[in-house]
Amino acid sequence: MTAVYADGMALGLREVLAEDPRVYLMGQYFFGLTRHRRLTVELMRDFPGRVWNPPIAEVGYAGTGIGAAISGLRPIVDIATASFIFQAWPQVVNEAANIRYMTGGQTGVPVVFHITHGIRGGGASQHSHSPQAMLMNTPGLQIISPSTARDVRGLIRAAVQSDDPVVWIDHVKLFDIEGELPDAPETIPMGVADIKRRGTDLTIVATSLQVQRSLVAAERLAAEGIQAEVVDPRTLVPLDRATILQSVGRTGRLVVVDECHRSCGVGAEIAATVAEDAFDALRAPIIRVATEDVPIPFSRTMEEAVQPTVEKIIAAAHAVMEARRPRG
Amino acid sequence: MPSTVPSGALPAPQRLPQLRTMLRIRRFEEALIDLAQAHDVGHFHVYIGQEATGVPALALLEDGDVAYSTHRNHGHLLARGVDPNAMLAEILGRATGTNGGKGGTLHLASPAHGFPTTSASVGGPLPIAVGSAFAFRELGRDRVSVALFGDGALEEGAWHEAANIAALRQLPVVFLCENNSVGAVTQQAGDYPSSTLAVGTLADLARPFGIPAAVIDGSDSDAVHAAMSDALVRARSGDGPSFIEARTVRWPGNQGIWAELVTGRVQVHYGWDAATIPDPHRAWFAEHDPVVRAVREALAAGAGRDAIAAIDADATREMAAAVAFALASPWPDADEAFANLYADPRVNALATGRRAAK
Repeated sequence: MTAVYADGMALGLREVLAEDPRVYLMGQYFFGLTRHRRLTVELMRDFPGRVWNPPIAEVGYAGTGIGAAISGLRPIVDIATASFIFQAWPQVVNEAANIRYMTGGQTGVPVVFHITHGIRGGGASQHSHSPQAMLMNTPGLQIISPSTARDVRGLIRAAVQSDDPVVWIDHVKLFDIEGELPDAPETIPMGVADIKRRGTDLTIVATSLQVQRSLVAAERLAAEGIQAEVVDPRTLVPLDRATILQSVGRTGRLVVVDECHRSCGVGAEIAATVAEDAFDALRAPIIRVATEDVPIPFSRTMEEAVQPTVEKIIAAAHAVMEARRPRG
Repeated sequence: MPSTVPSGALPAPQRLPQLRTMLRIRRFEEALIDLAQAHDVGHFHVYIGQEATGVPALALLEDGDVAYSTHRNHGHLLARGVDPNAMLAEILGRATGTNGGKGGTLHLASPAHGFPTTSASVGGPLPIAVGSAFAFRELGRDRVSVALFGDGALEEGAWHEAANIAALRQLPVVFLCENNSVGAVTQQAGDYPSSTLAVGTLADLARPFGIPAAVIDGSDSDAVHAAMSDALVRARSGDGPSFIEARTVRWPGNQGIWAELVTGRVQVHYGWDAATIPDPHRAWFAEHDPVVRAVREALAAGAGRDAIAAIDADATREMAAAVAFALASPWPDADEAFANLYADPRVNALATGRRAAK
C-alpha cells in the first residue's frame, strides 16, 4: 500500500507497542507540530498508560529512559527537535553510550532516543540542527536515519529489538513524502544500506531527507542521459561501508549529500572512507554537498543558500562527470 | 543535629557484622592508598569517614533493588558484598576486574549485587535512578532504586529534573545524599552545606517537591538505619520518593586532591582506649570516625575486644590478599578494547572494524 512517511512511523510505533509490553513512549512530539500530531493522540488512546508526557526536562527524562531501559523496559524517548538533544547530551553521550562498554559488557541500555533534525523552514539557528555527525563521533550509540515510510517502520523494530542505545533521526520534511509499505511488519537490520536507485555513471550517497532530494536530482540527470546510483546507508552507525565502496567501484564517481555542516559531517566520513579504501576506483575527485559552515539563518533566501538542494546535487553530479582521470 | 527521623536502632546481634563490613571497607581503602603510591590507578576517591552511612543503608536493600553510585563507590560495593579481589583488580586495570579493566576506580559495577552502572559524572545517575524506579513501577515489581550522591550533585540541574519526575510519578526511589563536606578542592573542611550551594540545608531542596526529607548524622549508623528503613517502607508501599541528607565530617586524609593516610591506619583499640589515639587527629578519631564509633557500639552491645580484634585482623589479611591477587592478575588483551561496545556481534564488528593499519 502507499503511505506517507508519518504513517510509516505511526505504524512502526503501533506495531512495537502491540508486540512488546516493555515498549513505552516517553514524549509526545514524535510528529512535531505538524498535522500528523494526531497520530500520537491515537497511540495514547490505543495504548493507555504507555505514552508518558514528561516535563520539559531533557536530562531528566533522557536519564529516566536510560534507567528504565536498564531495569527492564524498552523506552522510546522523544526529544523532539534535534537541537534539544544538546539539553540531554550528558545522558545520551556520557551515560547511555558508555554503559555497556565501561561495565565490561555487564549492563545494556536498550533505549531509543528520537529526534527530528534539519532545516525545516524558518527554524533559525536553534531549531534546525543536524547533530548526526556529533552523535556518530560517540562510540556506543547506533544511529538510524530513515528516508522512506518503509524504512522508518522497519528500523523502529530493529531499534526496539536492539539491546543497545539507538538514536532515531528523521527529518520533518520527510513526513508527507509518499512511499510503498509492505503488508506485513518487517525488521530492517542495522548496518545494511539500500540502493534506492540503480545507475552506472556515478554514485550519490545520501542520508535522510537528502535521499529524497537525490532521487529527484537523479531523475533530472537521467533526462540528460546521466544514470546516477543513489545509495542510502539507512543506519549511520553501524555504517554499511561495503555497499558504498562496491557502488563506487562500479561507477568510479562519488557525490555525498548530507545535511550536516560540511566540516566533519557525516558526508566527510563517507568521503574519507572512499578516499582511503577506493582511491584507485575514483575517476574524479569526490564532491560533498552539505550544509555550509554557518549557523542556520532564519530568512528563506539565506536558508536556501546554505542547505543542500536538488540544484546543488545536480551541479555536483555534472562536476564529477566532467572531471577526467584515467582509471588507475 | 536537626532530625525528622523516628527512633530505631540496629538490633544488637547485627553490631558485630556491621563493624566487620565497616572495617573491611576501611582496610580496603587504606590498602589502596598504599598501592597507589607505586601503581598508576588514576584519580581515586576513598570512602573513609562515611562507612556508617553506606553500610547500614545498603544492608537494607533486597535482591533486585538497585543502587547507582558515584566516583566514591568502593564502600558501597563492598557493603553489598562485591569481591574485593575483583574490585582491586579493576582499580589496577586488570582482566580479572569487575569491569574487565574498562572501568577503573570511578566505574566499579556489579549488576549481580545491584550496581548496574557507576557514573563519575556528577549528578548524572540521579535521573537514571529515577528511571529504574519508573520501570519497577510499570513492571509491577516491588523493588526500590537508590541514588547515591554527594553534596556536589545537588549543584547540578539534573537533581531538579530527577526530583520533579520522581515526585510527579511518586516513584519508588530513595535519594541518599552523603554530605561529606567535600566540594571544591579549595573548600574549607567541615562546611555544611557545601560552600558552593546557596541553600541553608541541602534537604530543603527536596521539600518543595513534597519529597519527605530527613537530615541525619551520617556517622550514626542507627540514624541511618532508621531513616533508610522509613524511606524503603515508603517506596515499597507506593508512597513515593524520599530524601536523606547524611552528614559526615571529612576525614583529614581527604583534604587534598589525592587521598593520603595522614592519620595513619585506624586501630580498633581507639574504641576502648581513647588515650592511645595519637595527635594531631585525636578529635577526628574520637568524635567522628565511624569505625571507632562502631567499635564502641559493638562493645556496648556485648562484643568482646578479642572478637573485635579478630575480625579486624581478618579484614586486614583479606585486603592484603586482594592486593596480591590484583597485582598477580593479567592485563587485558589489547584486542579487548574492541569488545563489548555492542551486544550484537555483527554490529560490534561493523562499528569497530575500521582501525589503523598495522
